[in-house]
This record gives sequence, structure tokens and C-alpha cells, in this order.
Amino acid sequence: MMLLRARRTVAFSAALVAVTLAAAACGGTTKDSTDNASAGPASSASANPDAPLKEGLKIAFLPKQVNNPYFTVSDKGGEKAVGEFKGTYKEVGPSDASASSQVQYINTLTQQGQDGICVSANDANAIVPALTQARQRGVKVVTFDSDAAVAGRDAFVNQANPEDLGRTEVQLLAKQIGEKGKIAILSATPNATNQNTWIEFMKDELKKYPGMQLVKVAYGNDDDQKSFQETQGLLQAYPDLKGIISPTTVGIAAAARYLSSSPYKGKVQLTGLGTPNQMRQYVKDGTVKEFELWDPGKLGYLCAYTAAALASGQITGKEGEKFKAGELGEYTIGKDGAILLGPPQVFDAKNIDQFNF
Amino acid sequence: MSTTVLPPPKETSEPVGFAEHSPLRRLLSWEGAITALLIFAVLVATFGVEGFADSFNLANAQLDIVEIAILSLTLTLLVVIGEIDLSIASNLGMCSALMGVLWNAGMSIETIIPLTILVGAVAGALNGFLVTVVGLPSLAVTIGTLALYRGMAYVLLGDKAVADFPAAYTTWPAKTLGSLPIPYPTVLVIVLAIVVGIVLHATPIGRSLYAIGSNKEAARFAGIRVKRITFWLFVASGAFAGLAAVIYTFRFSSARADNANGLELTVVAAVLLGGVSIFGGRGTLPGVLVAVLLVGVLRNALILDDVSTETLMLVTGGLLIFSVLAPNAVTWARERWRLRKLSS
Repeated sequence: MMLLRARRTVAFSAALVAVTLAAAACGGTTKDSTDNASAGPASSASANPDAPLKEGLKIAFLPKQVNNPYFTVSDKGGEKAVGEFKGTYKEVGPSDASASSQVQYINTLTQQGQDGICVSANDANAIVPALTQARQRGVKVVTFDSDAAVAGRDAFVNQANPEDLGRTEVQLLAKQIGEKGKIAILSATPNATNQNTWIEFMKDELKKYPGMQLVKVAYGNDDDQKSFQETQGLLQAYPDLKGIISPTTVGIAAAARYLSSSPYKGKVQLTGLGTPNQMRQYVKDGTVKEFELWDPGKLGYLCAYTAAALASGQITGKEGEKFKAGELGEYTIGKDGAILLGPPQVFDAKNIDQFNF
Repeated sequence: MSTTVLPPPKETSEPVGFAEHSPLRRLLSWEGAITALLIFAVLVATFGVEGFADSFNLANAQLDIVEIAILSLTLTLLVVIGEIDLSIASNLGMCSALMGVLWNAGMSIETIIPLTILVGAVAGALNGFLVTVVGLPSLAVTIGTLALYRGMAYVLLGDKAVADFPAAYTTWPAKTLGSLPIPYPTVLVIVLAIVVGIVLHATPIGRSLYAIGSNKEAARFAGIRVKRITFWLFVASGAFAGLAAVIYTFRFSSARADNANGLELTVVAAVLLGGVSIFGGRGTLPGVLVAVLLVGVLRNALILDDVSTETLMLVTGGLLIFSVLAPNAVTWARERWRLRKLSS
């Protein structure tokens, strides 16, 4: 009885596999056979650079996640901008940053007839169908911080370009150590794309400083504990180390924590990319002089103005078009509808209390 | 050690005062109550929330609950026999990640779809094996596989996303039946619901599920092959998770390891809200489907009305507690009423 049943189960499974394999043999749609060059809805409208910003525009912010300090700051910037051009601002968003949780919100904003959506994409592709629907219904879509596939949006406000970030971090450290001495880099993982790009630019920038010698690139894997130990290891291996650059918010905070309670405090300089809230105490106790990041508030501000310029017909998202973004001045749209915010924001003891994220 | 836990509602505790099919009894039944609640919610949303009754919104609102509906069908059967499957959303994530890997490997999408459902079924079979052959409680087993399958998803695809599925398939979920605001996945859900509904409510197998849920031992002595049925229900649950993975992946045109993260809680909430007793032996499929619709309508209308995410979470959590508490309270009240009538 038991055997019979088992035999039947096996037979059933075998039949399923056979069906599957038969389907496979018939060929079908594969990765190679499809052409997925899907372009977004082509904007046939032409830009009128002299068009005034419309009043009463409804601009909605859809961050990756609500109640995340970073996006709270960016969306506040957006709110300020929307207030300046007398529009209606609102912020909605999911409580988790999973791939698909934003779709429902995009559909809702489309349904509500918003004029512009500023969105930071949780998944570059998962929200594209919903964004395409939104744009077909006349909503202007601008991504910020984290881009969606080009087909899904009108423009992208880019927080920083990798070359600027890489070079300015070296410049900051050079200033702090008088352009002389051994330095090290504490990165994320060995194959982190962003960090590796920045490190390439750092190495290139270092050629301008013959007195500075890069002795090691250490990897803290964006793990607090590991980054802490790597910092410890660096200083044991190179007691005459003068400075560390950590182009990751996890790494710089862990390194600062180690330095602040070690005899190297104030003697070994630390800079890189960090958030003011994580770094505040180390700037105040003298462990860290200066570090940098972009200002998310300006990012949201620029995004709101971009959405308004699109909705008012000043721009259509094509390369070379220019528009004014309130107090930030004039911006030019680059390749693929990307707009660069500008040079990174440097934080030090004097200005750090103005930032809360 | 007996605390004052309310007794699990059983078919046998029906009040004697009602005729089997009297309208009053139907109204007092849990299914009747949440149907009334659904109608009330739809009316309020239609007249009180701008844009709710629009066909674009209605179609999108259905798409938002497609996977919940599919997963709730088999979960209903499992909860009726007194088991649970908490690994469904992780299984979905694993199947979705697998689709991405196979697609990148150059396999045709027509092969990937049945293969994904098959892998989902195999994952379900592992649950079934551990529960029926090894004899572990399903709660413990599926909490384990919840972590295991999500882990497998990350092993398969890491933090990457595969998004270049053919447009013919990724646009399919949003297509509607002619000009009706009914997307194709809804049709699929209706067909599956009819099949599962017939099995549960109109076949000897369905009746034996209630028997298992009411008393496993008694069911076994009555000649019902409890272990075999349990095993195959877990397989079906896995296969449905695989199917839901296919729809989910196409709907968002994105295969990712974190797809449907945490969705199992919403599905469990919908099944319990639908009147299926967590202790087994009681509940109907129409009740569950009404509950899924209710969850969908509430979410959609509240978001459309700019209610904050925090409030939304409160509502979802509140519904879950309400759904477990209320049927027990109703049974308790009925019992009191019956006792009072008997004593008078």
C-alpha cells in the first residue's frame, strides 16, 4: 500500500517534469530572443523656456520609506520649494523599503491627479509600469536620490557625481594632514560598485599629492563591528598612519568610534562620507574635523522645482534644456534627463548643527 | 492550569434557537457580518473618497490583492484542517528569484513558468513531509522554512534584480477584460476560487477537511487519510505560492529576493478575518474572499484618502486582533443567550 502510494507520487512528479521538459523542447521566448528596448512615452511637446511656473501645482513626494530621517529632510526641502511656487505639497509612502510597496502609492497619486511626483525608487524597474501609466495620464515624474529606469521618468535629480565625491574626499584629507604622510581607505565590500568607482577617482586625485602615500584599502563590509576591527588593524599595522578616508557611512562612523576612544584621537585624521547625526559627537569631540555628503534638503528642493518646471512646460526633460530652481540658481539637463545637484556638502563643527538626518 | 480562554468555536456549539437557514441566522453568522461590513466600506468609499469608484482605480485595487487572494485559497484549506503555512510569502520570494536566475540563464519563459510552479510545489512538499512524516507541528516547520526559503531566495539572486522579462508577459497582468475594470489576474483568481470552493464545500474531500480540523483522531478512525490529505494540501499551498510568484514577478516586471516580504501576515489576517477558526474545523471560502476584498478596499480607500502609513498599519493590526477576538465573542454571547433561554 505504502509502496503503491509512493510509486504513484513518483509517477505524478515524473509526469510534471516531462510536461515541463516538453515545453522546454518546444522553444519559446528567451532572454536572447526578446528585444526589450522599450522607450517611454515620447514627449512630443516642445519646451517653452520662458513659460512662467504655474501656481497651484500639486506636487507629491514619494520617498523610499516614510519616517526615514534622510527622506524627512529631503521632503522638507521639497515642501519649501513647493511653498515658494505656491503649489500644494504632500508626502506619502510605504513604511517598508521593499521593491514593490511604492506601486500602490504611485497608482493612488495618479488617480488623485497630481501634477508632479518626486520619487526615490526602491526598485528601478518594479515601479516603471505604474510610472508609465502615471505619465500617460499627464503626471510629470522626477526621480531623486535613487533613479528608476529611464523609460519610467521625465528627469532624474542626481545627488552627486562619483568623480566629485572621490576627488573632494582626498582634497579634504590633504588639507587636514598638510598633504603629507601615510593614508588608508576603509571601504565597504571589495566589490561594492559605488565605492570602487570613488576609490578609482581618489587614486587619480592622489597623484596630485606626492607627499601622500596610500598604504592600504581595507574592507569593513559595511558592517559596524568589522569596520571597527579593520580600523584597529590599520593602526596596529601602520602606527605612523596620518589619515583615513572612509567612503561609506557605516565605515566612517565605526572608524570614528574607535578613534575617539583611542590614543590616536586627533592625531589620525578621518574623513569620508557620513551623515551629520551619526558623526555629530565625533565632530564635537575633535575626532573628526570635516566630512562630506550631499544635502538631502537641497536634493528635494531641486526635485520639486524640476517637477514644477516640467508641469509648467518650461522643460520636457531633453538634454541641454535650462531652468531656474529658486535659490539654487540655474540648472541644465544632462544626458538621459539627469540633473546634477552640485558639489558635495562639507560638514564641520560650525555648520553640523544645521543638519538633522 | 485552566485559564479563562474562550472555547474554540465549533459547529456543534450552534445555538438551538435558530432554524438552519433562517435569515436571522445568516445575518448573525460571521460571513454575513463581514459581507455587510464590506458593503458598508464600499458605499462609504464610493461616496466619501474621491476617485475610488473610478475604473482605473478599481482595476489597480484588484491587482493589489491578487497574490493575497491566491495564497488565501490554499491557506484556508490548511487552517480548516488545523494546520498553518507561514512559508508562503518566502516561497513566493524564492520562486521569484528562481525565475530571475533561469531567465538570465537563457531558459524560455514558457518553460520557466511551469518550472516555477513545480519548484513552489516541491517546497510545499518539504513542509508536508516534515509535518506528516516527521511529525513536527506545522507552525514550527513553516516558521523554519519561512527563513529557509527567504534565505534561498537571497542565495539565488543576492541583492540583484532581474527586470528584462518579455513585455508580452509583463503587460499581461494590467490588461483588462474589454472595457470592464477587471484585470486578467482577477479572472484567474475567480476560476481558482471556484475550483477550491467546490472542493471544500461540495465534495467528500471537503467534508473530510472539516472532520480533520474538528478532531484529527476521530477523523483518522473514521477512515480519513489524514496524513495524505495534509501532505497534498501543503503541496498545493506551495504550488499556489509558485503561481503567485509568477504573477507577482510579471506584475512588477522585477524578480527580486525580497519580493512579497512579510505578505504571509496579511494572508493569515485575511483568512482569520474571513471567519476561519485558527483552531481548525470551521470557516468558509466565500467568507475568506469577502475578507480579502475588505482588506483591499480598506487599504485602497485609506491611501486614496491620504491616511498615513502609520494609521494604515494600525488598521491592519487592529483588523487581525478583531478577527480573532470577534468570532469568539459572538460565540460566547450566543452561548449566554442560549443558557438564559434554557433557564427561563
